[in-house]
Amino acid sequence: MRVGRAGRIAQVAVPLGFLALFFGWPLGAIFAHSLRAGAIADVVTDPFLRRVAWFTLWQAVLSTILTLAVGLPAAYAVARYEFPGRRAFRAFVTVPFVLPTVVVSTAFLALLGSDGPLAFLHWRPGVAPMLIAHVFFNVAVVVRTVGGFWANLDRRREEAARMLGASRRRAFVHVTLPLLAPSIIAAASIVFLFTFTSFGVALLLAGPAHATLEVEIYRQAVDVPDLQTAAALALAQIVAVLAVMFALARAQERRAVAQRLVGAADAARRPRGREKIVVGGILAGTTLFLGTPLAVLAWRSLHVGGRWSIGSYRALGTSASTSTLFVSPWAAVRNSVEFAAIATLIALVVGGLAAVAIAARPGRATRTMDAFLMLPLGTSAVTVGFGFLLATENAPRSIANSPLLVPIAHAVVAIPFVVRAVVPVLRSIDPRLRDAATMLGAGPRRVWREVDLPIVARAFAVAAGFCAAVSLGEFGATLFIARPDWPTVPIAIQRFLGKPGQIYFDQALAMSVILMVLTGVVVFAIERVRVRELGEL
Amino acid sequence: MLRVEGAVVRFGDRRALDHVDLEVGPGETIAVLGPSGSGKTTLLRAVAGLQRLGEGCIRWGDDDLAGVAAHERHFGLMFQEYALFPHRDVAGNVEFGLRMTSSDRAARARRVDEVLDLVGLAGFRTRRVASLSGGEQQRVALARALAVSPRLLMLDEPLGALDRVWRRRLLTEIRAILDRAALPALYVTHDHEEAFAIATRVAIMRAGRVVQVGAPAEVWRAPVDAWTATFLGFGPIVAAEVRNGLVHTPWGSIECRVNPAARAVEAVVRPDGARIDDAGPIHATVVRAMFTGARVELAAVAESGPPLIVVVAPHDAPAVGDRVRLSIDPDALLVYPDRAD
Repeated sequence: MRVGRAGRIAQVAVPLGFLALFFGWPLGAIFAHSLRAGAIADVVTDPFLRRVAWFTLWQAVLSTILTLAVGLPAAYAVARYEFPGRRAFRAFVTVPFVLPTVVVSTAFLALLGSDGPLAFLHWRPGVAPMLIAHVFFNVAVVVRTVGGFWANLDRRREEAARMLGASRRRAFVHVTLPLLAPSIIAAASIVFLFTFTSFGVALLLAGPAHATLEVEIYRQAVDVPDLQTAAALALAQIVAVLAVMFALARAQERRAVAQRLVGAADAARRPRGREKIVVGGILAGTTLFLGTPLAVLAWRSLHVGGRWSIGSYRALGTSASTSTLFVSPWAAVRNSVEFAAIATLIALVVGGLAAVAIAARPGRATRTMDAFLMLPLGTSAVTVGFGFLLATENAPRSIANSPLLVPIAHAVVAIPFVVRAVVPVLRSIDPRLRDAATMLGAGPRRVWREVDLPIVARAFAVAAGFCAAVSLGEFGATLFIARPDWPTVPIAIQRFLGKPGQIYFDQALAMSVILMVLTGVVVFAIERVRVRELGEL
Repeated sequence: MLRVEGAVVRFGDRRALDHVDLEVGPGETIAVLGPSGSGKTTLLRAVAGLQRLGEGCIRWGDDDLAGVAAHERHFGLMFQEYALFPHRDVAGNVEFGLRMTSSDRAARARRVDEVLDLVGLAGFRTRRVASLSGGEQQRVALARALAVSPRLLMLDEPLGALDRVWRRRLLTEIRAILDRAALPALYVTHDHEEAFAIATRVAIMRAGRVVQVGAPAEVWRAPVDAWTATFLGFGPIVAAEVRNGLVHTPWGSIECRVNPAARAVEAVVRPDGARIDDAGPIHATVVRAMFTGARVELAAVAESGPPLIVVVAPHDAPAVGDRVRLSIDPDALLVYPDRAD
């Protein structure tokens, strides 16, 4: 894009300034607190906190293995076979991933709770529901990452191995699997990071006996409260996450093999003979696993005292619920929608400017900027929220209490997604398209308007949908920042869940369904744009 | 009309264009022919205004175009692999240039129909460009460039990605369209058959320089140097000596019809130069026969020297292993000063 000097400065200064203020400063506050009074030494030597760290690690490893076990067959089916409803299935698998953690937690509580269909398992609360919920969330990561790659693998390589005398199984183990390895590692590392920093699910499903680092940071910061210990824990977690990210990125690089990819259509075919049973079984099992909790959630929200009723939704307007939230639940819905709109706007402006700067000038400086903008991805939501809390500790009340802090925190979390969605598209625009427009008589501004803008607009639309979904469901950061009288829907659900009594649980169910529908609408919009115009991201 | 004078373009230390002079007259089609990396595309981009010149100038009539931006030159450029706008349909692509200058929607639609008709794509208006075959995309690109009635049309390897049948057909069509519009054109290609078929004159480029300009038949008859002869597919090249009006080649001594400056020369027989001649002086054995449809290319080994290439009609082609007698047309024996000198 051709812009003036002021524009070029803004492209760099606005994103860096925003992140320095709303990400760097909160993180700095955590550093400052953790460095006081030997907090780190206390954390490292405390046997309880060591148990927390150990639990966090093994549950993340186990969650990752289970997710691969469930996700890889589904990735295989969707990548290698053509069947009716294939696109719908792929979209459906993605739904849990973008659902808010509180919604999924509520769904599992409904499923496993005392009058849920799976109550006989007596699993509530505990580690098992948490692990299942982790799998439920992250199957999409495996299906999208591995499946997307698998679909574009040239099938003829496998056929070549078969022609050289390899059995189907050997061809898979010796040819396909090594080629898939980088994508499997990529998916596993994402799942590991997500489950390692799991907060909402761990808080709501695992029970008080099993705290992850995230939950423990929250507990130390809010319940105890011991800010120094919380800060030291947050720091330990940041270091651990960055170390894991770095190691996995290296592992992936080593494994990566340049290869020819084909159009997805060439690699998929209809299942034949026994394959029909295998593929059908995989699809049915996955659908059942992912669909049941959501169906039960919806069904339970419309069932009060064993009868069909919209009583739970009606109750949202009553004074009992208002007294729990300090405001009407409908106000929470309005807050959520408004915050999502503001967060999306901020993330699009800040992330969009950064993306244009990064795409326009490839080089060391912009690569550094790119890496800096990705940092929030490696920082858990709880850390961001806690950082905000610490950073505004001594700020004037008008700032510390501003409801605007919530959408700003959401934007911090969402900006990396905007950059990742827009930069590749900007870079992929064939420069000859701009030349072609020029030769047809378009001046520089006109070229930007006619060529760049329409192509990038779709990437922005996808990014906007994603930001909105992130903001609507954001829980960890919001819990620290949201003022009691400005709750979002996830906060409202958490408060309802925290109150004993069926009537509050019913309202949590109703609120969860509302949030699920809101998010679903946004995701559906993304999926439409994405499938039609951009293919896999 | 178009005059390129002493054009120089530098990329770092390399000169992509090295003092290029070229002229395109009214209604003339100049084929710029050269291997990849010879500067053909850079020359087009410089004329288009997409590439700034280091030295020299480009004129249209008497006007120096240095101060005229690319989008104000009214030149059409058809890009290699077409560069169609993926976010617009066929009509949207063709209409693009018209929208830059005209706000008359109805007039634009008429013109779009007109040019789509011209390239044989009537009825394709609302098709997405991604759904078109290579040949169809090529026609859309041509229609898009023609729609604005440019004063010069430039085509960059327009047939590069197409298969043989399509190439032939589109070549004929492009020729016809250019003739009908009496439109001057610069046609870049690396394929000499394509260049000869389309051009009124051919400009051969090598390492940023134009080494020869001439009518196709003229260039074919007498390539300017051994490199050009090789580039046109002539061969093999042999070392020879000029003495007493004769060229002494490994195949025998042949009358010298040119006046070379040196005694040590390189000689090459033009593909139409060697023929089967029952009274011919060269005794040879056919070692290879390549059937290409309308003709057969034989490789025949004489008593000394590399195999001679002889093109014959299929019905009287000898078989591999046959002994034949050959003669070489003195007019088709090209003699160049030895490059080692």
